[in-house]
Amino acid sequence: MSDPTSLFETASLLAVDIGASTTRAILFEVVEGQYRLIAMGQSPTTSEMPIRDIGEGARQAIENLQSILGRPLLDAEQQLIIPTQPDGAGIDAVVATISTGPVVRTVVAGLLSSVSLESAQRLSETICSSIVETLSLKDHRKPEEQIDSIIRVHPDLIIIAGGTDGGASRSIKKMVEVIGLACYLMPKDKRPVVLFAGNHNLEKEVRAALEPLSSSFHVSPNIRPSLEVEDLEPSRKELARIFLEIRKRQIGGVEEVSQLSGDLIMPPAFGLGRMIRLLSQMYKPGKSILAADVGASAVTIAAGFDDKMALNVYPYLGLGENLPGMLRFTSLDDIARWMPVDISKDFIQNYLYQKSLHPTSIPDTKEDLMIEQSLARQALRLAFAAAGKSYPTEICFPGVHLRPMHDFIYAGGSVITNAPTFGQSLLLLLDGLQPAGITTIILDRNNLLPILGAAADFNKTLPVQVIESGAFVNLAMVVSPVSNTRYGTVILRARLIYADGKVVKSEVKHGGLVILPLAAGQTAQLGLHPIHQADVGFGSGRAGKINVTGGALGVVIDARGRPLELPIDAQRRRELIKKWHWIIGG
Amino acid sequence: MQAAVIHILALTTILRERLMPIPGRVVVRLAQKVAATDVIAEAEFTREHVLLDVAGILGISSADAERRVRCKPGEQLMKNTVVAQGGGIFPKAIRVPHAGRVVAVGGGQVLLAVDESNFELHAGLPGLVNQIIPDRGAVIQAFGALIQGVWGNGHIGAGLMLCLAENPGYVLAPNHLDVSMRGSVILAGPCRDAKVLHTLAELPARGLILSSISPDLIPLALQMRYPIMITDGFGQQPMNSSAFKILSTNTKREVALNAEPYERYGSTRPEVVIPLPVSQEPPISHAMETLEPGQQVRLRLDPHACQISTLVGLIPGLTTLPNGLRVSAAEVRLETGEQLIVPLVNLEVVG
Repeated sequence: MSDPTSLFETASLLAVDIGASTTRAILFEVVEGQYRLIAMGQSPTTSEMPIRDIGEGARQAIENLQSILGRPLLDAEQQLIIPTQPDGAGIDAVVATISTGPVVRTVVAGLLSSVSLESAQRLSETICSSIVETLSLKDHRKPEEQIDSIIRVHPDLIIIAGGTDGGASRSIKKMVEVIGLACYLMPKDKRPVVLFAGNHNLEKEVRAALEPLSSSFHVSPNIRPSLEVEDLEPSRKELARIFLEIRKRQIGGVEEVSQLSGDLIMPPAFGLGRMIRLLSQMYKPGKSILAADVGASAVTIAAGFDDKMALNVYPYLGLGENLPGMLRFTSLDDIARWMPVDISKDFIQNYLYQKSLHPTSIPDTKEDLMIEQSLARQALRLAFAAAGKSYPTEICFPGVHLRPMHDFIYAGGSVITNAPTFGQSLLLLLDGLQPAGITTIILDRNNLLPILGAAADFNKTLPVQVIESGAFVNLAMVVSPVSNTRYGTVILRARLIYADGKVVKSEVKHGGLVILPLAAGQTAQLGLHPIHQADVGFGSGRAGKINVTGGALGVVIDARGRPLELPIDAQRRRELIKKWHWIIGG
Repeated sequence: MQAAVIHILALTTILRERLMPIPGRVVVRLAQKVAATDVIAEAEFTREHVLLDVAGILGISSADAERRVRCKPGEQLMKNTVVAQGGGIFPKAIRVPHAGRVVAVGGGQVLLAVDESNFELHAGLPGLVNQIIPDRGAVIQAFGALIQGVWGNGHIGAGLMLCLAENPGYVLAPNHLDVSMRGSVILAGPCRDAKVLHTLAELPARGLILSSISPDLIPLALQMRYPIMITDGFGQQPMNSSAFKILSTNTKREVALNAEPYERYGSTRPEVVIPLPVSQEPPISHAMETLEPGQQVRLRLDPHACQISTLVGLIPGLTTLPNGLRVSAAEVRLETGEQLIVPLVNLEVVG
């Protein structure tokens, strides 16, 4: 008889990722003792009209995968063959992530707007949701106005926070009463899911009031157990479960996929967050990791700082059907300024609206690709700036309008990973995220991180082994000095000492973008000597040496300035952007 | 590979499930003939509520207040009706500020529905009631031409269709409109002038079918009370030739214009139905098709957005586009005879 433990450790895993536009079926198997990505099949997602059942797209993606593999995964009845058969047919387990579907319409309720309400808003940002109504002590509307307003916005979800543990109860009870009456007045099949994450002493009373009036009632530990402490982690997990419950109501086939995976199904943002946590544990203490994913349905930013994490999902910045919504947060001018050629704002606006009609479409021309990449830059900028607000309070920012330093950045999303050159991917990320200090930028070429996060439930070693297997591309180690000097002033002397003793020196001016050649995987020592109090991550004006490993683009020194300020003159700006593309191989 | 089908058909059988968002009463019967604007189901819903905090107003406990409340759920109350009274020599009376229906009583509070409206579900297309869905709506069957659009402003209408477009790209301008078009459904190419929408509202017109609209006009189009449907997209695109041919050859016919918004995860999509007589039921078109050579396809994005072409063949493996992207692609032939390579995901089957 085989040992069940070893069987588990070598089991093959089918991961199904149901995205807003594409469904992917990815097979992981053990090769020479290590988990590897074996093959991937894909198909358009079928959550929308006319099919409205994700099962169809998933089946097509699996069929595509089995034709690549040359061995069956589905039986004659189109059912997955589980477990693997002696002839190699089938797989042993399934995990899934799902991001497709409409934005979850959310009402958040809390007591103080700067305390529990803010925490509830941050919690709602960990799934693909949009806040459609808020209730707090600051809300001076009559209760009936609040009731009518809640009914009008047709919420899918209501998150109630407020009251430190053992603290305020009267105001929460009043709020619960309003929410209860609103739910009571909704048709039974339209009632929202309710999550209570407030004063835990009130749990019984809130449950008694709202459980019969909601489509389902959930409780998680208080997200604000005291005024000073915010703890979103347990609620995040509960909210991920709720998200799937809502998706099951909204889209056909989610229940089947959930059953197939033995409930190992989660929203991709949750999987991404889990991987960031895992990576934080893998790297040395004190290292911070950022993951940025620009998808059709949302931009997701996950940042890990040892045991702490910030996770934010911004559906209004996704490059799919919500694209016109981006214009509520940015202007066409802000998008157009990233273009290396002159494209009219009307043209950009038309593209943006047309793309929202066909979110799965791919830019067919150079101009359309430039627009898409400019949209991604702007979306990343906005998302990263917004995400900074939910970073742990102890995280230092290197300056006003600057982002905190991250040691590693993992980037995903097809607009980044499918860019025609690594240079385009890197420049897009540098422009969008504007990292400061010393950062290694890694491309999640197959958009695996969220699915690996889901796979961690099945087997904890699988994600680690796949990451180490070369499925990710180390784009470059990037040094981004922060300096207040004039553009054109030398702010850094860099000295790269190769393993064979050869030395490359570079004097970097403020505004410059420099590549120091270092072949992928090769190691070298990089000496950094800042001038004029520039900060490369060692502190203002402090020099240092680090061991570096070459990425696909070597070592990059991005001294263009933090924050990056583009010339106002359009012609000069376009010339400069073209120059950057030329330097970095875009 | 499977691709979504956009229905642009000269003659087909159309079956549409029409449902209310809330339960109510179905007012049509099986096999009944309906027009697009006929009400097939209705439901009552409340826009506004009033909450009377009896306990709070009288300054008494909830239990005490509950004993003093004189109304019951379901009761219709006139304005100033006393719903509760305090104690003492000069008892304080609580009166309802507006006429309304009591929807809940409890915890010393009374909740009234004061602004009840009727929700009316329209048939959306002219045809026969094929199936009744109790409390929610019906399935309507129709025969005729069907042209689906990409955007609608949420209204439903019907009327005689007038074609103002000499060609698919004919830009609709205010000077093309006059009073003789009152009560008509106007067919044209792109529109970028707000005055056009205002003039049609003043006539008034019964509907507007455009190939494309400037994104800047969307907020205004949403305010218009007559239905507006866009067949192809945003910007300056001419109407796809298939839709233009069907629509322009049916000018001066009665058309039904259902400009409900395109709900990706729901079941509505804007469309025009032109009822036509049939001797036998035409086939129902599929919603998805496998991409195959010879099919008519519509291109989704520039530089040939919305053009109808013929699928020449699928290209095996990945193809590098001029912009450097590597994608699954197909070769298509435009109506001009020009052959192009386009990403598969940028195609939709016309059928």
